[in-house]
Order: sequence, then C-alpha cells, then structure tokens
Amino acid sequence: MKQTKMMKIGTHLLLIASVLIISLPVILALIISTQTVSQVMSYPPGLVPGTNMVNNYVSAWNAVNLGRMIINSTIIAFGVIIGKVTMSLLAAFAFTHFEFKGKNVLFGIILVTLLLPVPVRIVALFDVIRSIHWIDTYAGLIIPFWASATSIFILIQRFKTVPSELIDASKMDGCTPMLYFFKVLMPLTRSTIGALVVINFIYIWNQYLWPLMATNSKEMRVVQVGIKMLMSTESTNNWGVIMAGVIITMIPPLLVFIIMQESFMKGFALQSEK
Amino acid sequence: MKQSTFNNKYLPYVLLVPTFFILVVFLFYPAVETFRLSLFKIHPWTGAEKFAGLYNFIKIFTNGDYLKSFILSAYFAIVVIIAGLFFSLLIAILLNQKIKGMRFYRTFLIWPYALSPAIAGALFNFLFNPANGVLCYFTGFRTWLTDEKTAIIVVIIAAVWKNLGYNIIFYLTALRNVPASALESASIDGAGPVKRFIYITVAFLSPTTFFLFVMNTIYAYFASFGLIDVLTQGGPAGSTRVLIYHLYKDFFVHSKIGYAAAESLVLFSLVVGVTVLQFRTAGKKVHYQ
Repeated sequence: MKQTKMMKIGTHLLLIASVLIISLPVILALIISTQTVSQVMSYPPGLVPGTNMVNNYVSAWNAVNLGRMIINSTIIAFGVIIGKVTMSLLAAFAFTHFEFKGKNVLFGIILVTLLLPVPVRIVALFDVIRSIHWIDTYAGLIIPFWASATSIFILIQRFKTVPSELIDASKMDGCTPMLYFFKVLMPLTRSTIGALVVINFIYIWNQYLWPLMATNSKEMRVVQVGIKMLMSTESTNNWGVIMAGVIITMIPPLLVFIIMQESFMKGFALQSEK
Repeated sequence: MKQSTFNNKYLPYVLLVPTFFILVVFLFYPAVETFRLSLFKIHPWTGAEKFAGLYNFIKIFTNGDYLKSFILSAYFAIVVIIAGLFFSLLIAILLNQKIKGMRFYRTFLIWPYALSPAIAGALFNFLFNPANGVLCYFTGFRTWLTDEKTAIIVVIIAAVWKNLGYNIIFYLTALRNVPASALESASIDGAGPVKRFIYITVAFLSPTTFFLFVMNTIYAYFASFGLIDVLTQGGPAGSTRVLIYHLYKDFFVHSKIGYAAAESLVLFSLVVGVTVLQFRTAGKKVHYQ
C-alpha cells in the first residue's frame, strides 16, 4: 500500500515538472513582456515581473498595427472554415447518400489530394493567384483552402454511422434529399462540425508560408507574419515589446483551444481514424 | 454496411461541383503545372520558357548547398521524430495513471499545440539570444544561435517542444484503448510491469506510432518553415536551411522558378513515399504482427 502511495506522489511530481518545463518558454515571455529595456538587459536575466507592462503591450499593438492583423487573421480563419465545412458537408453527403456513376473514381481523385500539401504546389499556385490578381486579397488567402480531403473523410465516417432507418423513414414521408440533409443530418452532425471548426481555426490562424507569399501590403498581413515584422521593427534588445506582441497573437487560438477542448479531442480522435 | 440511398440522378454531381472546382483550379492544375515548370528554364524577369529536360534536377542535385540541405532535412526530421515521440510517450504514460487532477495536467501539457511555429520561433529566439537569453545564461554558453554547430539544436528543441502536445494527445488516446484484459491475462501468466509494457502496450501502440511517424515527418519537412524563418532565417551560414526554406529562397527571393519547381517535386516524392507507406500498413493492422 505504502509503495503505491509513493508511486502516486512520484507521478504527481514528474507531471508537475513536465508542466513547468513545457510552460517555461511562455511563462518567461509573460514575465519579459512586463519589463523595461534595462530590466530585460540585466545580466544575469531578471526573472521577476517588471514595471512596463502596459507600455509594452501598447507599443507592440501600435508598432506593426497588430489590430489590423488580428482582424485579417480572423476574417481569413472564418472565411476558410465556412467554405471548407460547407463544401465538405455537401461532398460527404453525396458520397454517403447516393449511388452514382463514377463514384469510386471521384472518391479516388479526392484521395489523391492528400499527396499535394501547399508547399508541394506553391510555385504554380502562386502563379495562378497572381494571374487572377488575387495577390494581397482575402480571396487569395481563403478560397484555395476550401477543398479538403481530410474534412470530407471525417464527415463521411460520421454520416456512415447515421442509422439507415432514418433515411428510409424520411423517404417514406416524401422528404427530399436536401430537406433530409438540413433537418436530419446536420443536427446529428453538430459535434463533428464543432470539432472541424476548432481544428481548422487553429490550423489557419497559425499558417505562415502561404500568407507570407500571397500578401505584400501592410494592410493585408496576418498575425504570424506580424511577429517577424515586429522582431525586425523593434530594436533587437527590445524583447519586452516583442514578447508582448507574441502573447497577444497567441491568445485567440489558446482561448479557442481551452474553451473547446472536448471538441478538439474529438476532432483529433476522428483524424487518426481516417 | 450498405446504407440506404436517395434516388437522384443529378443531385450528387451538383453537390460535388464546388469541391471539384476548387480541387481542379487550386490543387490539380498547380500540381501539373509545377511538374511542367520543373522541365523548363524560365527567365526570372521576362518569364520566357525554354524546354530543358532534366536540367533543373541535375542542377539541384549537383549543387553542394542543395545536397547539404537535403541531408540536413533528413537529420532534422529523424531527430525531431525520435525525440518527439519518445518524450510524448513518456508524458502520455504518466498522464495515463489513475491520479487526481488528470484533466488539469492534460490541458497544461498539450496546450503548446495551439501555438504556431512562428511563435515557437520567437520564444526560442528570446530564450537563446546571445545578449541575455535565459538559457544562454543557465548553460553558460552564449553562441547557441550564432554557432553553425549549435543553431540546428535550438531549432530541433523548439520544433519538438511545439509538437509535443499533438503527439501526447494521440498516445494518450491509444494508451486508454489498450484492452485491460490483455494486460490482466499477461500478468496472470507471470509477466511483470516491464514485460507487460514491452510485449503488450508497445504492440498495441504501434498503429499510433506509425500514424505519428507520418504526421511528424510532414511536420518536420513543411511546418518547420515558420519556425526557421523567425528563429534563424536558415543561418548561420545555411546550417539550418532545410529543404522547404531552400525552396522558398530559390523561388521567392532568387526567382529561380525552374529550380523551385524541381525542388517541389523532390518534396512531393517524399509525401508520396510516406503516404503510400501509411496506406499499405494501415490495411495490415500493424499491431497484430
């Protein structure tokens, strides 16, 4: 009995140590974001909160127009999510609730897209976006991401678990396919849709390479690129302001993650089953 | 298995039109076009094209910088995968014990997943900055990021840290799905905790390990871009310039379009490789072997 108690205490200690090590970079960033330049520059590094918190956050906000970047990132995230989820729902509905010629071929074509992540086709994708004048537009940052094999697969898995009796009963009642889709299928799928929304929000908010290439003007930059801009605008030692900017940009995805944690876990479980 | 279906000749096609429209314009056309461009010499300003066969491929594979980047990427990926899976499995095992506060611990162990690679880059840039980086101070070594030999180590640590949460989530789920009956019958047969772990838990975890191997490979090769662009810009002296960073520079900074297209195809063959491997083994149910 005594041994198991010792084991439990040991496990707690190891877990607490892990939490501290994993959180350390962000805890330090929080502390630094409150310090003045001279407090930051003290050596050995001063690891207590400083006196310049408000100034640092205001400077970070103004230095690169973080407010505008947060609006951009939010518009892009929701623009992608709305289009992607809608189109994936329709496609998954077609694959699970209809028989039609070429079904397997079309499904295979969607499967092939798993081989084509953005970096693999970035050279020509950039040409496409440029030739239709979508550089520096929301469209160029949103629309290319609307088709998603992963989301379609996740929804197909979910739709397959809906009992056949529901479809039969709907047909007997003379319910049209689209009416069934909106009145029966969508409500049943709500939690899976929630999971897709959370995962995609974090994925799009944190994107870096494509927004860096597809925008030039300051007005169209997103928060992730903003971090790099902040680091080059601020003098190298002004870590207080830089870390304040870092903290601001990490808040939205962290909030989504913490509030929607259960949806998130569910989404992950679905991802590995695909 | 067979589900009831609606009878409608045209509706399913109509439902698929939006997805296929996007796929053709933004996925398949660019993919085919990248393939085509890789066979051409393209003038950086005029865009004039001249067929060049395998010229671009020969050029990149006889270029010392590119080969260095190729080997660096493989090294980076292998270390990130091994270290990432090792530490996340360790933490997942701790989390899987029956103890109080499990949910609290879980939240605070996986939350870096919600942060971006660029943010990880900024955080580690601060921690290791030569002037007053906290970790420079505690290690008594100031030139972590300016030394060609050590900069890649910082990039690896940051990359592993950032993806730990993702790996922990999957290992934790997998550990919970190890059937208690299998563990019980093994302990009746006299297997101790270590033996039980090696013969039963590890075997049941193998599909997850494999899935994570694939996802972490993709992560190391592609998602590392934001991290490196903020942390080291590929330097010092190209010592952290992985393939995706090399591609970005050739395309976006030097306008070497043909080279960049060829480099894209090298990355494409990598994705094909791991994906084929994934589908082959997924069908075979890795853990029953």
